[in-house]
Amino acid sequence: MAKFFTKDHEWLSVDGNVATVGITDYAQQQLGDVVFVELPEVGKAVTKGGEAAVVESVKAASEVYAPVSGTVTDVNAALAENPATVNEAPETEGWFVRIELSDEGELAELMDEAAYRAYVDTL
Amino acid sequence: MVDHAQAATETPLRYTPLYDRHVALGARMVPFAGYSMPVQYEGIIAEHAHTRAAAGLFDVSHMGQAFLIGPDHDTTAAALERLVPADIRALGRGRQRYTQFLNPQGGILDDLMVSRSPDAADDGTLMLIVNAACKDDDFAHLEASLPAGVRLQRADDRALLALQGPKAVDVLVRLGADVADWPFMTASQATIAGIDCSVTRSGYTGEDGFEISVRNTNAVALWDALVADDDVKPIGLGARDSLRLEGGLCLYGHDIDQATTPVEANLLWSIQKRRREEGGFPGDHVIREQIANGAPRLRVGIRPEGRAPAREGTEILSRDGQPIGTVTSGGFGPTVNGPVAMGYVAAAHAAAGTPVTLMVRGKPLAAEVVALPFVPARFYRGR
Repeated sequence: MAKFFTKDHEWLSVDGNVATVGITDYAQQQLGDVVFVELPEVGKAVTKGGEAAVVESVKAASEVYAPVSGTVTDVNAALAENPATVNEAPETEGWFVRIELSDEGELAELMDEAAYRAYVDTL
Repeated sequence: MVDHAQAATETPLRYTPLYDRHVALGARMVPFAGYSMPVQYEGIIAEHAHTRAAAGLFDVSHMGQAFLIGPDHDTTAAALERLVPADIRALGRGRQRYTQFLNPQGGILDDLMVSRSPDAADDGTLMLIVNAACKDDDFAHLEASLPAGVRLQRADDRALLALQGPKAVDVLVRLGADVADWPFMTASQATIAGIDCSVTRSGYTGEDGFEISVRNTNAVALWDALVADDDVKPIGLGARDSLRLEGGLCLYGHDIDQATTPVEANLLWSIQKRRREEGGFPGDHVIREQIANGAPRLRVGIRPEGRAPAREGTEILSRDGQPIGTVTSGGFGPTVNGPVAMGYVAAAHAAAGTPVTLMVRGKPLAAEVVALPFVPARFYRGR
């Protein structure tokens, strides 16, 4: 399974042509305590760079952009009851959505883990 | 010395005497009202809960402190009463009162605390605490209106700490301060850990607590003595905001501003009877008319259903879809364990229990007008 990252601090874990998407540990630290996550409906078509979800901390609401284009095949419904999972396990149980890729070529524009860690170090 | 690295802002950031302490404690520092201030240390929810359960220590040194000095209390009080609607003349020795600077339309220029020393030798001196973002304007406004014989002396040489929560009084008593019996809104002197301080039993969290004014040169020693107590944790501006929102307390520039009057803001309790009858403050014609006939809109509490917070700026609709107002503060209340908000609605919709609709990201969200505060105040009213 290949893992990719964006400069907007999202991660994608790609299995076949389905990407599981969440926000990185760096992103959850920046947000602080997550109190609400608004997820898209299963079946929704998303475009790379378009809004895919909203994550709310005590202080503010932040948009999560789709890192790739495709169709939402699953959402992490457990976040409705336990939004703090995003803080506790951002890159595992705290995933947001699964997207069936419509253009696997978009993955080539993303960072791998080493490149992302190097990018975070510059912030 | 710490190298005060600055963001690329037009005006250089200012620092409180406790900046190095915040950084050493791992605080996330943010620009706020021209100062670099701690927004959180371990996390807003944990800090909020600690303040409600024990004692939270806040650096609020960015706020403006000043003395208004005249020949006697009546003269100084009369000078201030020209700008604010509270009865300052009746403010007793050793007491504090909340009020607002008003513009000629009755709009709020800033809100402030006024305290009178318990010491007869200080008669004629009032201490003022105003908001950080407004302080330069407030003090210029005051100076421009003062009569001969009354002068303003800024207290930029003083820091301000707030210790808030049910254990705050025990902490101060352990450090030698004789404050246990002070009722809410007492203003006096106290010695804390051997340091002379001007202390009030008040705050902005809805909890029992104290605000402590101390010379800048003693601020770090006082902070260290307080934070060393096992019941005390440092608390950032993030939890200060969630605590005051649950407490139903207004944040200047959000819930109150130049376009809102104290009557609309549901702050009529802060205008005492003599001032309502006599007027004699800016905008008195507007405010007395609103008292007599009702304000067109009112600040209310709003409880959204479900988990989604409604933020500042959210439009409020009646259940039949008519626009009736706007959210002015909104977020997540950690003690309520759900979303909470305040805002203004047309007076006909202001009764507690009124169902309303909030437009959040283009979608309707059911909510209800509720009585403030969301979390009952726990001030110490005396035995």
